[in-house]
Amino acid sequence: MTTTDKAARIEALRQRYLELKAAGDDLAPKALPPLTARDGAPLTSNLVRQREEIPGGWYWTARLARGERLRLVNTQATPGVAVFLWNAADTSERYNSADTMKLQWTAALPRGRVLFSDMGRVLASVVEDTVGAHDSVVGGSTPASNLRRYGDAALRNTQENMRLAASKFGLGKRDLAPVISFFSPVYVKEDGSFGWRDDVLAAGDFVELRAEMDLLVAISNCPHPFSPGAYAPQAIEAVIWQGPSPAGDDICRTATAEAVRGFENTDPLFAGR
Amino acid sequence: MTFICTPTENLDPAKAVHDFTIAATRPWSHVIKRGQIFRIVDVEGCQAVDTLFYRAGDFSERYSAQDTLLAQGSAYVTTGTRLLSNEGNVMLTVVADSCGRHDTSAGACSCEANTVRFGHHTRYMHACRENFVVEVTKWGMTKRDVVPNINFFMNVPIDPDGRLAIVDGISAPGAHVDMVAEMDVLAVISNCPQVNNPCNGFDPTPVRVLIWDGEAA
Ligand SMILES: [Zn+2]
Repeated sequence: MTTTDKAARIEALRQRYLELKAAGDDLAPKALPPLTARDGAPLTSNLVRQREEIPGGWYWTARLARGERLRLVNTQATPGVAVFLWNAADTSERYNSADTMKLQWTAALPRGRVLFSDMGRVLASVVEDTVGAHDSVVGGSTPASNLRRYGDAALRNTQENMRLAASKFGLGKRDLAPVISFFSPVYVKEDGSFGWRDDVLAAGDFVELRAEMDLLVAISNCPHPFSPGAYAPQAIEAVIWQGPSPAGDDICRTATAEAVRGFENTDPLFAGR
Repeated sequence: MTFICTPTENLDPAKAVHDFTIAATRPWSHVIKRGQIFRIVDVEGCQAVDTLFYRAGDFSERYSAQDTLLAQGSAYVTTGTRLLSNEGNVMLTVVADSCGRHDTSAGACSCEANTVRFGHHTRYMHACRENFVVEVTKWGMTKRDVVPNINFFMNVPIDPDGRLAIVDGISAPGAHVDMVAEMDVLAVISNCPQVNNPCNGFDPTPVRVLIWDGEAA
């Protein structure tokens, strides 16, 4: 290839990338829906399959069928609830924080965004969300972070909770990777350090995931390591229910070109089912 | 825990115990012993070097991007960053960095993610996760062991509102990053083959890896 050809090829690739970036940066936020109102999106109680109160500091596991929804209700504004997801049919496919952020051009994952696996597929959609402040960069607490923060490495923490939860599925440490922490208003300051937005969390906040494939779910109800104040995690409520099927114009499925392609990779797994 | 801080600028490549050029798009792996100094050189500049570390002797302990960011309280990797494992142990410490910024949030490219990012026509293009899987398989691991990695020389600024993008590289030809191994580690590199975003300037180029014994410094 001549030097001119190479320069032309590089320039063409650059233009294509800039078009994709402009679409990802500018289009998607306009297309995203507003946050759910705290008194909005009532549950249809006869469609609830399971309810669990997860005490502060504890973990829980659940299986979701494609189409089922998991609502996490932060009844007492506890700061941080970590979640990890596996494809129930093949646990080597799992939540990928890096792809989830990179594919959607953002570390912010409010209502309207989706959670990607490492296989270019959508594990779950964020269909309801009253808070819009979730952290996929820093993750959960560890014995070391509890020691640094509270002077006590023995406090319950997300690293160990995730290992316990994984073990209940017959999985282990190798099956875990970076988690998403809901109700965790972490942001990156201009100098690269992390900040925590105060006054964002309120009692009664909830986030609801719609399973886009059959899932194994691990939940750790421990404070985000950057949350201010004493170690005092409060109970949350987890509700599994059968919500309505997504409509053709479902926002999570159509908000971005990347989401559309993610579902084009996901839906064939379930074609004809 | 030892924290070795070594001036590494004057290390002589002729005295390296390992000196290897990873061709554009190719993988590499090697065990680095505790106390050794590991240098990655961005030979021609603007090349992303996707890197994972595993504890030698127990690969279930491996690099953890979230533990690293949590412990240092900053979103980017540079001089002074301690690279932590999923057990909270320091695997390596970055002791010199002529680039100034490396990413550990955006992970590796894959055939599957490429279809989502760039279109289905990119499925059959070589990708970092393919490199990682091929390389870790040599050590008895599988795709299950591949986790979000460090991207040396890759610039992925994250705005306060969360906006995130891979932007033009800031590493000049010959830019390098030096790390001291704080335990025996298996280092696995994918010299990123991506041509659809600026992480390699749309044109992958070789990188060089050197390892010195600690007393060489
Ligand atoms: Zn790559």
